[in-house]
Amino acid sequence: MADFDLDSADGRREALRRMVTIRAFDEEAGDRFADGEIPGFVHLYIGEEAVGVGACASLDSDDYIASTHRGHGHCIAKGLDPKYMMAELYGKAEGYCNGKGGSMHIADVDAGMLGANGIVGAGPPLATGAALSIDYQDRDQVAVGFLGDGAVAQGQVHEAINLASTWDLPAIFVVENNHYGEGTPVEKQHNLENLSDTAQAYDIPGVTVDGMDITAVAEAVAEARERARAGDGPTMVEAQTYRYRGHYEGDEEPYRDEDEIERWKDRDPIESFKDRLIERGELTDEEFDELRSDAEATIENAVEYAQETDSPDPTAAYEDVFADRPPELDRFANVARTDGGANGGDHR
Amino acid sequence: MTAQAELELETETMTVREAIRQALREELQRDEDVYLMGEDVGLFGGVLEVTSGLFEEFGEERVRDTPISEAGFMGAATGAAATGTRPVVELMFSDFAGVAMEQIMNQMAKMHYMFGGKAELPVTVRTTEGGGMGAASQHSGTVHTWIAHFPGLKAVAPGTAASAKGLTKAAIRSDDPVFVFENKMIYEQSGEVPTDEDFTVPIGEAAVEREGDDVTVVATQRLVGESLGVADSLEGDVSVEVIDPRSLYPLDTETIVESVEKTGRLVVADESPLSYGTHAEIVARVQEEAFFSLDAPIQRVGTPDTHIPFSPPLEQEVLPDDDDVRAAIERIA
Repeated sequence: MADFDLDSADGRREALRRMVTIRAFDEEAGDRFADGEIPGFVHLYIGEEAVGVGACASLDSDDYIASTHRGHGHCIAKGLDPKYMMAELYGKAEGYCNGKGGSMHIADVDAGMLGANGIVGAGPPLATGAALSIDYQDRDQVAVGFLGDGAVAQGQVHEAINLASTWDLPAIFVVENNHYGEGTPVEKQHNLENLSDTAQAYDIPGVTVDGMDITAVAEAVAEARERARAGDGPTMVEAQTYRYRGHYEGDEEPYRDEDEIERWKDRDPIESFKDRLIERGELTDEEFDELRSDAEATIENAVEYAQETDSPDPTAAYEDVFADRPPELDRFANVARTDGGANGGDHR
Repeated sequence: MTAQAELELETETMTVREAIRQALREELQRDEDVYLMGEDVGLFGGVLEVTSGLFEEFGEERVRDTPISEAGFMGAATGAAATGTRPVVELMFSDFAGVAMEQIMNQMAKMHYMFGGKAELPVTVRTTEGGGMGAASQHSGTVHTWIAHFPGLKAVAPGTAASAKGLTKAAIRSDDPVFVFENKMIYEQSGEVPTDEDFTVPIGEAAVEREGDDVTVVATQRLVGESLGVADSLEGDVSVEVIDPRSLYPLDTETIVESVEKTGRLVVADESPLSYGTHAEIVARVQEEAFFSLDAPIQRVGTPDTHIPFSPPLEQEVLPDDDDVRAAIERIA
């Protein structure tokens, strides 16, 4: 099973640690972005931690996930190292993608993470593909495609689910319904109350669970995983959750009010899970404070590492376009550089 | 391997269709991680019959019929390639790339790069191109220019049966995404094809199909055979060298440039639309490398910038053919 399992006290503590680490990572990423240290744009996962961590708690460490724009949480839930994640956000050579992906594209295939994705709805077809490899090679794994509520409107998502269903592939589609597709409320994008009802069209199970409750998410995904491994095909799990921050950092959020955000914060996934662990006698307030300061220290170290580690050499821009490098890369890289190149060199 | 060296291997006469089928069969036999997927590739045998018989031979696990769902199966092939298998996708008509373009341009083409080189994408996409069947503009296009334009994708386009087999095998063995553009009008064209199971045509190597001294014709797909015919008919008047680049990206600039340095004259013949495309790329590279070797303006033969129409006289009007190649040679020879 996973490196952490909600059926054990240690596993529950690890799940809480991952949720807290995600929040610390994203709060810090938001601050560092605001300070102008992180280029591009960032989409934070704050508020949705129970979904990624709950799903990954029910996965084996070699299962695959394909992620979304909002991928930091999935990465940490899957066990990626915040140090190399932060380095990637900073565009550094030691980042997971050597500084070529950034926040929206962190990936580590060896760790089963098939990439955050800059295109809404592009991850589920990749997850279906990973499930195809698993099925084809009779491997004992599953592939999870995370998608947002907005992506449920994308054609390629339906094609991916239909293909996985038709071929009984070991795939799980986890819809993170955070109630906004970019700046438009979910009700204005879909005529369904539960997005999991779309599963009916593919004759696969579709369930809607409380995405602020890590246990509910983990149980649904565990059941889906059993079904997938038994050869019974995919399941759609819709987790009702909420993002506390805007679509991207700097989003002025004209589409919602503070009261709504506060109502959801009352059901905060970290606070509620922490309270349950304290009630069960598995955790004290002091231990939680310690866990949180450890997470914050981890993220501080990650930022320090990201700030200090080297930027990529500019020539790396021409590397890894292909596994087998074609001559064009040398030919044109020379032209583009200001010191000129050999082209146009027919000087006879 | 040059066209000459290929012919030194043991060969059999077969059609382009049979050559591709033989390539697929050999690669399915050689590597269990290789499988075929696409619309009607199974029991039906492919709408243009390229995969005929492979379903019976290899079974439904390895020759998989997909739903009519190009974005879905192109994405699935990409995800599958990134996770340890080697899918060979048939995209029935290259025009349908439009339906799957997101997965092609943003996922398949970019994953290796955006992941810092940490994912390999051994996916092969076989697809048909070209007019001449009265199939109208949604089933006759030549999209190889778009694909060759995207960094991260390789594009090959065989003009002979031998290169069809060799390039298909090389594409399947490549760890990069490779599109194989099969011109549907040459499926019935026969040629000598090496039967050696290790025979491949390296991606990025052109073939000098015919040597000559006066004019170089760089021709692709159907126009390779037609240009060879023209060259034969001009024998004695004009000595024509015919080069099939075979691989459009990467492009074997060196072989083309060497030829132009010898002949001083160039015709580029490719069925795609003339603006901004394959012709332009070849012309640009030749002027960069061999400008002072040119004795006449470079000539282009292609589709005037229009769609492929349905009605046969209209279709014949727009499709470039051997007469256009002959006229282009005569303008500069």
